Amino acid sequence: MDFTYDDEQQALREAVRGLLATAYADHDARRRTVADDPGFDRALWGRLAEMGVLGLPFSETDGGVRAGPVEIGIVCQELGRVLAPEPYLASVVHAGGLVAAVGTAEQKADLLGRLSAGEIVLAAADTSPGGRWASRADGVRASVSDGSWTLDGVADPVMGGASADHLVVTAALPDGGTGVFVVDAFAASVTGYVAADLTRAASVRFEASAATPLGEPGRDLSPSIATISDLTRILGANQALGVMQSQVRATTDYLTSRKQFGVTLNTFQALTFRAADMYVSLELAHSTVDWATMTIAGGDREVVADAADRVGLQVSRAARHIGEEAIQLHGGIGMTAEYAVGVGTAHLTVLEQWLGNAGHHLTRLAARVTEHEMVDAV
Amino acid sequence: MQLELSPADAEFRGRMRDFFTTKVSPEIRNTVLEGRHLTRDQIVEAQRTLNAEGLAVPHWPVEWGGQEWTDLQRHLWHEEMQRAGVPIPLAFNASMIGPVIAHFGTQEQKERFLPATANLDIWWSQGFSEPDAGSDLASLRTTAVRDGDDWVVNGQKTWTTLGQYGDWIFTLVRTDPEVKKQAGISMLLIDMTTPGVEVRPIELIDGGHEVNEVWFTDVRVPGDLLVGELNGGWTIAKFLLGNERVGVAPVGATKRALAALKANAGPLMDDPLVRARVAELENDLLALELTALRVVAHSSDGAPHPASSVLKLRGTELQQAVSELALDLAGPASLAARAGDDSPQEGWARRSAPTYLNLRKASIYGGSNEIQRQIISRTILGL
Repeated sequence: MDFTYDDEQQALREAVRGLLATAYADHDARRRTVADDPGFDRALWGRLAEMGVLGLPFSETDGGVRAGPVEIGIVCQELGRVLAPEPYLASVVHAGGLVAAVGTAEQKADLLGRLSAGEIVLAAADTSPGGRWASRADGVRASVSDGSWTLDGVADPVMGGASADHLVVTAALPDGGTGVFVVDAFAASVTGYVAADLTRAASVRFEASAATPLGEPGRDLSPSIATISDLTRILGANQALGVMQSQVRATTDYLTSRKQFGVTLNTFQALTFRAADMYVSLELAHSTVDWATMTIAGGDREVVADAADRVGLQVSRAARHIGEEAIQLHGGIGMTAEYAVGVGTAHLTVLEQWLGNAGHHLTRLAARVTEHEMVDAV
Repeated sequence: MQLELSPADAEFRGRMRDFFTTKVSPEIRNTVLEGRHLTRDQIVEAQRTLNAEGLAVPHWPVEWGGQEWTDLQRHLWHEEMQRAGVPIPLAFNASMIGPVIAHFGTQEQKERFLPATANLDIWWSQGFSEPDAGSDLASLRTTAVRDGDDWVVNGQKTWTTLGQYGDWIFTLVRTDPEVKKQAGISMLLIDMTTPGVEVRPIELIDGGHEVNEVWFTDVRVPGDLLVGELNGGWTIAKFLLGNERVGVAPVGATKRALAALKANAGPLMDDPLVRARVAELENDLLALELTALRVVAHSSDGAPHPASSVLKLRGTELQQAVSELALDLAGPASLAARAGDDSPQEGWARRSAPTYLNLRKASIYGGSNEIQRQIISRTILGL
């Protein structure tokens, strides 16, 4: 049992932090980047590819580095720390994860090789309007005719979809079950929009859109799809952790520097006690994030699914608490787009509603609550 | 980063589990598991069983019965004890005065007190708080005045837990009223059978007799019962209160209470609201347990992990929350709190209201949760 990062992991964190600092030294830089399409910094994306960060989850034969979940979690924490709008979670972790899980060797070498090299951006389309974290776009149906597959229907929200070169779509199969398909962005009707945290999402309409099935055509891939969603949730929790760490730091800095009534705000115990409670939420979330990330290495789907629910619930609660208090303790400036702390709360909100909110995870945990005597950490 | 226990630690845990579940009196364990009160004799018997195996005071120096365990192993020992329903060694002996005497005491004091303290041949009480010195402990006013070789003690201590069983009491007394309040405090060990010591019970809201007032009227204490340096008591108090990294939060006992609640709830577990409350508490306890593990497993050499300060705060909140849920599940049956054993209401339900009321203490003792927030905001956040 060990909850510490080794030297190589620390070095990775420092390297990623250093690179991100070149692009997002301050919140103004992030603000400028999200003001224009594509909503992220393509030059930074290229440098992340050069550093091997985009290929972190994938095997060497597919052009990747094959790092572990802890390393990917470190990258996500650092992205969260500066509210980086790059679609790492959507493109690399989620869409890339689907390709890696279900694609053929050729498909993986092609798509993941180009993704790792920064040549293409992928987006996972797994939600239809009205969908709630089911890991399948219920409104998208796959059809096959003479061995050629097409998709029809609407996927929305598709995180990172506005700038994706290829969409990785979960769609209902003609004979039941859910398949995963790759669709060129130009074969679908993609309408980009700005999400609540100023990152980019899209509404995607498929109309007899040519699609390539990943893996064995027509096979139900639901278990793999669900697992990749769970991995994305756990890594998204790492990203949220980075956001919350920044918010707690910013709030304490503010309380010690901002003056009212002739004194700094940390003179007021009503405020410092609330900051202490934010720290409690942060540390409990941090422990749960570390734990959930470590469960991935064991490779047991059910364990990972359970961990995703548990970290999803813990981090959702912490995100509401810390995100709301960070704004409140800052006062008016926390409401402004020019200040990172409130935008961080917007980002936490997007992560939560994208990946699964507290109610969703609690419902799933409550359904299983009589299946065990107690929950043990080890 | 590694989630699994090492083979050696897993073997260690198995050994602890085996001992606790097979060598400690089943009657005592069932009393704990069912949330009933232990007698003095049961507490003594349990600690002697542990001590005979070297498991009562593992954190003490080896020459006085300690074990050279890692913090993680001590954590596993502590959790397995709670899981098995084995009473934790009496905190006043094992966690408080024992380590203090081992660290600050004279060789004579160590030989006289440590073996008897580990074996619970001496039952120690704690004489720190006073009516006007609670969270502001340094304001204490009980005085000790030198008279020949003796000290003469006058004053009053309060909230002395299980003082009715106490043989000896370790006290903080004012030995110099002229200096800054922290600088004039010393620690004295007092035999509670000495003339002038009087223990008066305080009845609590749960109907129990758990705490006491202890009055000192011209109590003569031999000079060799001063611990550490004269007027060095505040240093000792800080050592005693800040000594602990393991077992700060009652994780295992709260998990066990929640598991018992589920087993007792019967058809109420079909209620979606109840299921949600239980699931949320299980998740919160998991986060707490993981934080406790993070604190003990992060390294075995360095200073305490900063997150340790959240353990007491959150641990007591969750302990209270589980007792609240048990009370809500008991419903009207909880009214039979002081009914006899022939009551048709189930025992857990009858105990639920007193337990709920009793556990309000948890966020007050050992440094109230407001003090914990103060520590977090000042020393961790720099506010």
